[in-house]
Amino acid sequence: MSSSLAIQRENIRKLFPDTFKQARKSRLRGQIIFFLVLVYLIVGFFTLDVVDIPKKWKPQNAAMFVLDTYAHKDHVTMKWENHEDIKIAFEGNYRSVYGRDNLDKSIPDWFYKNSDNVGNVVEFNNKGKAILYKDKVEIVNFPKYERDFTIKLNSNGKPYLVGSEDLVIEDLKGFRITENRVEFRPTLYERIQVYPKKVEIHRYSIGWKYFWFDFSSPLEPYTFFEALGLTFSKERVVPEMSNLKLFLTEIKDNEAFMHGRVWWAMLETIVMAVLGTMFATVMALPLSFLAAYNVTPIKALRFTLRRLFDTLRGIDFLIWSLIFLRAFGPGPFTGIFAIGFTDTGTLGKLYSEAIENTEKKQQEGVQSTGASKFLQHRFGIIPQILPIFVSQSLYYLESNTRGAVIIGAMGAGGIGLQFLGALGTGNDFENVAYMAILVLAVVIFMDRLSAWLRRILIGSDQLIVR
Amino acid sequence: MTKALPANLEQIEVNLKKLTNQRTRSSLLGIAILILIFFGGTLVSLEANAGSFGRGIANFFNYPRDLFVDTFEMGWKYWPRVIKYIPELIITLNIALFSTSIGFILAIIFAIFSSRNLIRNKRVIQFTKFLMDVTRSFPTLIIAMVFLYLMGKSSLPAVIAITIHTAGALGKLFTEAIENCDGKPIEGLSSVGATWTQKIRFSVLPQVLPLFLSYGILRLEINVRESTILGFVGAGGIGEMLAALIQWNYGADVLACMFLLVGTIIALDYLSAYWRHKLIGANQ
Repeated sequence: MSSSLAIQRENIRKLFPDTFKQARKSRLRGQIIFFLVLVYLIVGFFTLDVVDIPKKWKPQNAAMFVLDTYAHKDHVTMKWENHEDIKIAFEGNYRSVYGRDNLDKSIPDWFYKNSDNVGNVVEFNNKGKAILYKDKVEIVNFPKYERDFTIKLNSNGKPYLVGSEDLVIEDLKGFRITENRVEFRPTLYERIQVYPKKVEIHRYSIGWKYFWFDFSSPLEPYTFFEALGLTFSKERVVPEMSNLKLFLTEIKDNEAFMHGRVWWAMLETIVMAVLGTMFATVMALPLSFLAAYNVTPIKALRFTLRRLFDTLRGIDFLIWSLIFLRAFGPGPFTGIFAIGFTDTGTLGKLYSEAIENTEKKQQEGVQSTGASKFLQHRFGIIPQILPIFVSQSLYYLESNTRGAVIIGAMGAGGIGLQFLGALGTGNDFENVAYMAILVLAVVIFMDRLSAWLRRILIGSDQLIVR
Repeated sequence: MTKALPANLEQIEVNLKKLTNQRTRSSLLGIAILILIFFGGTLVSLEANAGSFGRGIANFFNYPRDLFVDTFEMGWKYWPRVIKYIPELIITLNIALFSTSIGFILAIIFAIFSSRNLIRNKRVIQFTKFLMDVTRSFPTLIIAMVFLYLMGKSSLPAVIAITIHTAGALGKLFTEAIENCDGKPIEGLSSVGATWTQKIRFSVLPQVLPLFLSYGILRLEINVRESTILGFVGAGGIGEMLAALIQWNYGADVLACMFLLVGTIIALDYLSAYWRHKLIGANQ
């Protein structure tokens, strides 16, 4: 059986020698290209220091960053010189201190007097406790630890772990001991640090606390829906303003998440994208007619416009935004014009190609009725290209939203700049996450919106190229 | 005209009028919405912009003029400067090319696992589509900024960011290409008992590869722009150089970098159009 197959194959080979030669040649070419790509990837791997990723990638930093995006922490600080004066502050912020007179914020229930009535207990979410005494810190009840620990100050005023020489390495897991500091961090969510001057405890909990109402807001004791319910009640929470107004201003002026500023910045970014795309569409429409050979007979004009489109597009929106930033200063106009100029080039090119690809017959039909040139274009070309125009413009709307975020980050303002600011502070990573999610949501929304508009306006959400 | 129209023609006339009216109404509504958006947006911009609009227009040519004046003063000494920045340009191009290649490979994997004609499991398809949506929608700048923060200044964050974005963006286009490809070759291979991988290799891949490459080249062009921008926030290459030069106000050097960039982008534009035409122009 196999031999007869081989004979047949031989016969086919003899019958079509050219085809087989061709196939081998193209296969060889494919292999060479594959080999070259492989070589380039290896070269790129080393020239771009991809090998350094494990070295540069600090899991600790990344873990802290991720932790901060979804969790919040309370700081408990005790100075050794006055052990009864314990400060509990949200995120260590001096303006968000629990139990201070000027704010009606009671001490949280995870902080209480020990049963011996001497020590103060900080209870973590995993039931582990840190008990603060006048001269020592006791660490008790931590899951996965067989024993309790005590940290004291020695005669030189330096912290040390009592009995650390008797402990096996297994027990010391979670401790980091240096000359001036004893740190205990069994998991990411609990952190106890003892210094010669003070004790600092970070207690992490999951979630974005104070997302709706910030620490000092009069509405903070209520949840979002309770506060929403309050807006319907006549009884005022604060005498100065109605509950509805209070509700809105408190959300808007939230100090932690800055909803007012963030949403305004988001609006600026959307305005940049939408008006930029509109500007480009309005500019490109007439120019593209002048650049199409079936409308404009003057070759020089067509050539000039084509090169103009190329230049507008080639000067990337990065450079445009640099130039406009100098002229308009930070603000949406910079973004609008940067996007508008770049996309006039892009859309102009695409539109003029679309016009050139229109069916000639419709125009001829209109011409046969004795219509003028203008009417020929109006009724012979425009109906054909309008769906393409709309489709292209809407398609660019989505990518321009992303572009507007980038232009914003380069100095034009909007959500991009807010994002850079939040990242730059180095500890507001929940804001970073909030804005990243917001940007993601808006970009996806714009994507869906443009697909939806394309569907209802032209009956298909696919991008029509020609 | 005085002659009365037959009843059915009259009906057509009435319908036509109704349709025309409806059309006019929706057009007017659309235009009204556009005008509303325009004015609303302008109000927001006027409110948010630091400088006034009029002064901005008046100042528009100042900066380019300064740049050209600086350049002109240098005379023939200018050209060595342009050449000086070519190595930086090569770094930018390298970032773009490398991340496009890796993203291209990832996109193929994404596309295979999200195409309805290759994968039966709906869960897998939905998950991959979701993954692509997310990776595609993040502006590269945001991913790059986060990685820059975590890893320190180098080109790696740009590579990671562009790779992620490219994988999502190309993955979507590739999925469409695979789903729209002719099903007959797949059936043919199924009939002779080909395995799943063989089907992909011999029936799907030959159909979609030219399209894939054409999309990839288009992406490369976009990614050169992206990697310049990421350089601006600290990922190295000509973007970073340009940012520094702008800060130092070295007009001539700024213009040199801009020239290099614009030249490269326009050259790539033509090259990619030429390549894409060669790849798919013949049959599309």
